[in-house]
Amino acid sequence: MIGFTALELARVQFGFTMSFHIIFPAITIGLAAYLAVLEGLWLWKRDDTYLDLYHFWSKIFAVNFAMGVVSGLVMAYQFGTNWSFYSQFAGSITGPLLAYEVLTAFFLEAGFLGVMLFGWSKVGRGLHFFATVMVALGTMISATWILASNSWMQTPQGHEVINGVVVPVDWLAIILNPSFPYRLAHMVTAAMLSTALFVGASGAWHLLRGNSRPAVKRMFSMALWMVLFTAPLQVVIGDMHGLNTLKHQPAKIAAVEGHWSNTPGEGVPLILFGIPDMDAETTRYKVEIPRLASFILTHSWDGQIPGLKEFAPEDRPNSTILFWAFRVMVGLGSLMVLLGLYGAWARWRRRLFDSPVLTRFALWMGPSGVIALLAGWYVTEIGRQPWVVYGLMRTKDAVSTHSAMTLSLGLVILVAMYFAVFGIGIAYLLRLVKHGPLAHGEDVLEEAPSINQRPARPLSAVDEPLTPKSTES
Amino acid sequence: MGIDLPLIWFLIIGFGVMMYVIMDGFDLGIGILFPFIRSREDRDTMVNTVAPVWDGNETWLVLGGAGLMAAFPKAYAVLLSALYIPALGLLMGLIWRGVSFEFRFKANDAHKPFWDGAFMTGSFVAAFFQGVMLGAFINGHHVVDGVATGGVLAWLTPFNVFTGLGVVVGYALLGATWLILKTEGQLQRLVIRATTPILLATLASLLIVSVWTPLNHPAIAQRWFSLPNFLFFVPVPILVLLSTWATLRSLRAEPHAGPFIWSLILVFLGYSGLVISIWPNILPPDISIWEAAAPPQSLGFALVGALLIIPMILVYTAWSYYVFRGKVKAGEGYH
Repeated sequence: MIGFTALELARVQFGFTMSFHIIFPAITIGLAAYLAVLEGLWLWKRDDTYLDLYHFWSKIFAVNFAMGVVSGLVMAYQFGTNWSFYSQFAGSITGPLLAYEVLTAFFLEAGFLGVMLFGWSKVGRGLHFFATVMVALGTMISATWILASNSWMQTPQGHEVINGVVVPVDWLAIILNPSFPYRLAHMVTAAMLSTALFVGASGAWHLLRGNSRPAVKRMFSMALWMVLFTAPLQVVIGDMHGLNTLKHQPAKIAAVEGHWSNTPGEGVPLILFGIPDMDAETTRYKVEIPRLASFILTHSWDGQIPGLKEFAPEDRPNSTILFWAFRVMVGLGSLMVLLGLYGAWARWRRRLFDSPVLTRFALWMGPSGVIALLAGWYVTEIGRQPWVVYGLMRTKDAVSTHSAMTLSLGLVILVAMYFAVFGIGIAYLLRLVKHGPLAHGEDVLEEAPSINQRPARPLSAVDEPLTPKSTES
Repeated sequence: MGIDLPLIWFLIIGFGVMMYVIMDGFDLGIGILFPFIRSREDRDTMVNTVAPVWDGNETWLVLGGAGLMAAFPKAYAVLLSALYIPALGLLMGLIWRGVSFEFRFKANDAHKPFWDGAFMTGSFVAAFFQGVMLGAFINGHHVVDGVATGGVLAWLTPFNVFTGLGVVVGYALLGATWLILKTEGQLQRLVIRATTPILLATLASLLIVSVWTPLNHPAIAQRWFSLPNFLFFVPVPILVLLSTWATLRSLRAEPHAGPFIWSLILVFLGYSGLVISIWPNILPPDISIWEAAAPPQSLGFALVGALLIIPMILVYTAWSYYVFRGKVKAGEGYH
C-alpha cells in the first residue's frame, strides 16, 4: 500500500483488529459488573426497577459478548500469521497466558453464562445471582491474563533468554511484573468508566425523547454516580501508572510530553499544545506551562525527566502520535470528571433529570470512554516501540516475512469484513438500546418461553429482528 | 523427569483438533448442503439442528490455536506464517458464517436469502481453506532460520486444492448423515438420497489422497511401506472400506444414527492415517514435537489449566448434546 513498509502494514493490521476487538471485552467487563450490581440491589431492596434494568442490559450484554467472541477468534491466530518471530521468541510466555485466558473464558461460558442469560425460570434467585457474579468475576480474570501477558512485554522479568528463546523461570514474577498492577487497575477502571458513560448516554437519549420511566431515570442516575467516583479515581490511577512508566520506560514518557532535552537546573515545562517533529528533534508551535511537567512527574518543581535526545534515534518511540494520543485521553478524562461533577451539582439542585444541558452533555460523552480507552492503548503500545518485548526484541525482528503486497491484501479484506460484520453488529446493539427498558410484565421475553428449557447461544437471549419492522412493508 | 510433556501436549492438541473436525465438520456441512436444499422451511430445520451447539463446536478451534502457541510455539509460528492467506480465508469464512447464522434468524424475509447465501459461502470457504491447510501441512515445510521456504503462495498447489475440496466433501458427508439423525419426513428422505454420492465422493477423495501422498513424498512412502510400520498402517484402508460399506448398508432401511456414526468412524480413520503418516513430527517433514516444543516450564504451567478445565468443557458439551437429543421438527427452533 502506498508508501507503507511491510512492518508498518503488519502493525496497522494488528492495531486495527485489536482496536475493534478491545471495545467489546471492555464493555463486557463493565456490563457484567453492572448487571451483578443491579441484581444484587434488586435482591436487597426488592425494587423491580432494578430487575427491569437487568433484563434490558442483559440483552445488550449478550450481543456485545457474542461480538467479542467473534472478533477474538482472529486474535488467537494473528500472533502466528503476522508475528511469527515474536511467537518463536516469546511464545513460551505469551502462549500459556493466552491459553489460560481462553480456558477461563470457556469455563465462564460453559458454566455460568447460560444460567445468567436463560436460567431465570430454572434456578433459584440466589443461584442466579451467583451465576451473574461469577460471569462478572470471570470477565475480570480473563482481563487479568491478557494484561499480565501485555505487561510482561512492557516490563519483562522472571525469564531467561537461552539459545535465542525466552524461557520462563518464575511464573509469579512474570505475571506480577512491575507494570502489571497499574495497567490492570487502569484498564478495568477504564472498562467500568466506558460502560458507565455508555449507560448514561443511553439514559440521556431516552430522557431527551421524553421517556422518563423510572428505569430510565434510575440508569441515568446510577451512571452519573459511577462517573462521579470513577473518573477522578481513574485520574489518580493514571498518574500512578505514568510514574511507573517513567521508572521503567522513560523514553515513552519523554515522547508523550514532547520533551527533547533538559536545561540544567530548570524544571520541565508541561506542553499543552505542540507538534513534535521526529526529524528536527524538536516540538514545534509549543504552548507550555513552566515546570508543571516536573511537578506532575517528579512531584517537585525542578525535578527533571530524561529528554528524547538522551535516547539513540533508533530507540525513540514516535512522539507526534504519542503526544496527541495522550492528550486525547487526558482531555476526554477531564471532561468525564467535569460530567461527574456537573451531575452531582444538578442532583444537589434536584435538576438531575430535567437539565437539558446535562442530558446533552451525557449523551455526547457516550462514546468518550471507549475513545479514551483506545487512545490510552495507543499511548502504551506505540510508546513501547521500537520494541515488541521491551529491551529484549525489536518489533522489526518480530514480524513475519510477508511482503507489503500480501499484507495490503490481508488488510483490505480485514477492513471490509470488520466494517460489514461489526458495523451491522453495532447498529443492532444501538437499536436494542433505542427500545429502552420495559417495566416489569411488559417484557414477553422475561420468562424466556422460546428457549424450550434448553441452553442456547448468547444471541438467543435477544428477540429483536435485525432490520427495523418498517422496511418489511 | 519421567513425564513426556511434549507428548502429552501433542495428544491434547491432537484431541482438540479431532473434536473440532468432527463437531464443526457436521455443522459446516449443513452450510455446504444448503445449495441442494431449496425450501425455506427445510433450511430453517437444518440450521435448527445445529443452532444450540455450533458455537461450542468452534471453541475447540480457539483452544487449538492457543494450545499450539503455548506448547509448540515454533510450529505455530512457522505454520501460520506460511499459511497466512489460507488462515485468513478460514477465519473470515468462519466469522462470516457465524454472523450470518445468527442474523438469518433475525432478518426479515426480504433479507433472508442474503444471509442464506452468506452462510453457504462462509461454510464453504472455511471448509475449503481447512482442507488446503491440511494439504499444506502434509506437504511439509522446509524451515530455514525460522521461516518456511517457498513464500506466501507455496500452499497453492494442485494437491492442496484437492485436499481443500476433499474436506468440503467430507464435511458434507458429516452434515448429511447428521441430518439423517436429526430430521424426519421429506427433508430426511432428500438427504438420504444425497448421501450415497457424497459418501462415494468422500471415499474417492480419501483414495486419491492416499495414492497421491506417497507418490509425492518418498519419506511418507518409506514410512508406510517399511516393516513394521506397514503392519500398523494396513488396517486403516481396510477399515475405511469396511466403514464405507457399513455406511451404505445403514442407509438402506429406516436409517437413523447409523450413517452418522459410521461416517464419524470414517473421518476418524482418515485422521488416524494422517497421524501415523507424520508422527512424531509436528512440522513435517523433519521437525519433531520435541524440537518444536516450548520449554518444560511453559508446558507444565499450561498443562495445569488444561487438565482442570478441559474435562469441564467435555462434560458441558456432552450435557448439551444430551439435552438436545432427538429429532428436530419443522418450525421448532431453539433460537
